[in-house]
Amino acid sequence: MYEFEFTRPTTLADALAVLKDDDEAQALAGGQTLIPALKQRLAMPSKLVSLTAIEELRDIRATGGVLSLGGGETHRAIAHDAAEAFPGFAALAGQIGDAAVRTRGTIGGSLANNDPSACYPAAVLACGGTIVTDRREIAADDYFQGMFTTALEEGEIITRVNIPIPEVSAYVKFAQPASRFALVGVFVARFPDGARVGVTGASEEGVFRWTEAEAALSESFTPEALDGLSLPAEGLISDIHGSAGYRAHIAAVIARRAVAAAH
Amino acid sequence: MTEVTMTVNGESVTKDIPDNTLMTGFLRDVLKLTGTHVGCDTSQCGACVIHLDGSPVKACSIFALECDGADITTIEGMADPDGTLHPVQRAFRDYHGLQCGFCTPGMVMTASAMLDHTPKPTEDEVREHLEGNLCRCTGYHNIVRAIMAASGQEVAGSAAE
Ligand SMILES: Cc1cc2nc3c(=O)[nH]c(=O)nc-3n(C[C@H](O)[C@H](O)[C@H](O)COP(=O)(O)OP(=O)(O)OC[C@H]3O[C@@H](n4cnc5c(N)ncnc54)[C@H](O)[C@@H]3O)c2cc1C
Ligand code: FES
Ligand code: FES
Repeated sequence: MYEFEFTRPTTLADALAVLKDDDEAQALAGGQTLIPALKQRLAMPSKLVSLTAIEELRDIRATGGVLSLGGGETHRAIAHDAAEAFPGFAALAGQIGDAAVRTRGTIGGSLANNDPSACYPAAVLACGGTIVTDRREIAADDYFQGMFTTALEEGEIITRVNIPIPEVSAYVKFAQPASRFALVGVFVARFPDGARVGVTGASEEGVFRWTEAEAALSESFTPEALDGLSLPAEGLISDIHGSAGYRAHIAAVIARRAVAAAH
Repeated sequence: MTEVTMTVNGESVTKDIPDNTLMTGFLRDVLKLTGTHVGCDTSQCGACVIHLDGSPVKACSIFALECDGADITTIEGMADPDGTLHPVQRAFRDYHGLQCGFCTPGMVMTASAMLDHTPKPTEDEVREHLEGNLCRCTGYHNIVRAIMAASGQEVAGSAAE
């Protein structure tokens, strides 16, 4: 690991000031992605600005049909504290990594990283969430811009994520056998005005909405509504763990399972 | 160098350390508590699991400075001062839950953290909870049996039998 300075401010304003002052400084949240990257010397920050002591970033609340999460909330806290208000989302958080990863890893870190196999993006996109930063609000449809690419600017911090709560929802993750990330993950949600489907793990372009499935499920929110519908393999990821065709098939299968499981 | 203060196994420690010191390095090299093992150093194996304010974390994936003010428990802090083993440790011994012992500290720390919030887990819950802990020797069955026994539950024959 390269050498760096470490700071752990207790207010967002202090953290932003350090990030603004120094182009080479980088935010550190749970560290579950960034620390391995530092060890591999994939990142060389001058300073790490830990966000874990900032109380303002820790908050879980459901009001007016929206689940609102502080950007520094951990997978573990979300799995536990959001379970009543939004069981589909809480269950997704409870499936990320393992217990130790969930103690540290945060929703802000995961959304900033936008790993093409990460779990949250499927749900945040499917539910039409809003990513709130220190300077603006970004709709999920504009936020996710491809593998490891987001609308975030240099030094921009996710302070909050607002997710409309659907009537029923579920996430089904088909785990990649080694990493346990999503080889394919599908989040389905039924809102009063229609159904939405987010797919992660599958595409070269990162998370996406499967609009044909959304149309079918908006007619009838049943697994059978997806009969005969298949996801085109074009543009999907092919790697040692599965071909594009395999991923397309898995996506269609687990989308049905997710609809059946939705509550 | 920055000063860090935390409680480790009930004792307050204060040290001056380089900012990029990981908890594995702090525990093993600075405090000489070598029970926390480093298997992969890439957060895959769970041999380094410790408790941070009662919750499991991988010591290889957290900086010591992030633990400033925290309450840390390592495998060395599990047995009573008189040497009486923690129930999970005792069960690992009784049910042959270890062979080489390399993964054992992490297994015990993960299992005990789980039992703190789920005192009577099902076998499926135990297996799911061990997702982040790899063992190259035991085939897991005896580890699962040991944890079930530590929770005071009937221990079924292992699936391999
Ligand atoms: C063994 C293992 C298994 C895993 N399995 C899964 C899985 O199944 N599904 C899944 O989705 N993920 C998985 N992960 C990833 C995990 O969820 C990470 O916690 C997450 O991707 C990153 O969050 P973090 O808080 O750890 O961020 P960090 O590692 O601290 O930071 C990641 C990046 O985000 C930036 N950042 C952090 N917080 C903010 C913020 N508030 N605003 C702006 N930028 C920020 C950092 O500067 C850095 O660039 C796994 C990780 C491990 C180690
Ligand atoms: S050494 Fe920490 S997870 Fe392997
Ligand atoms: S007992 Fe040898 S690695 Fe688990």
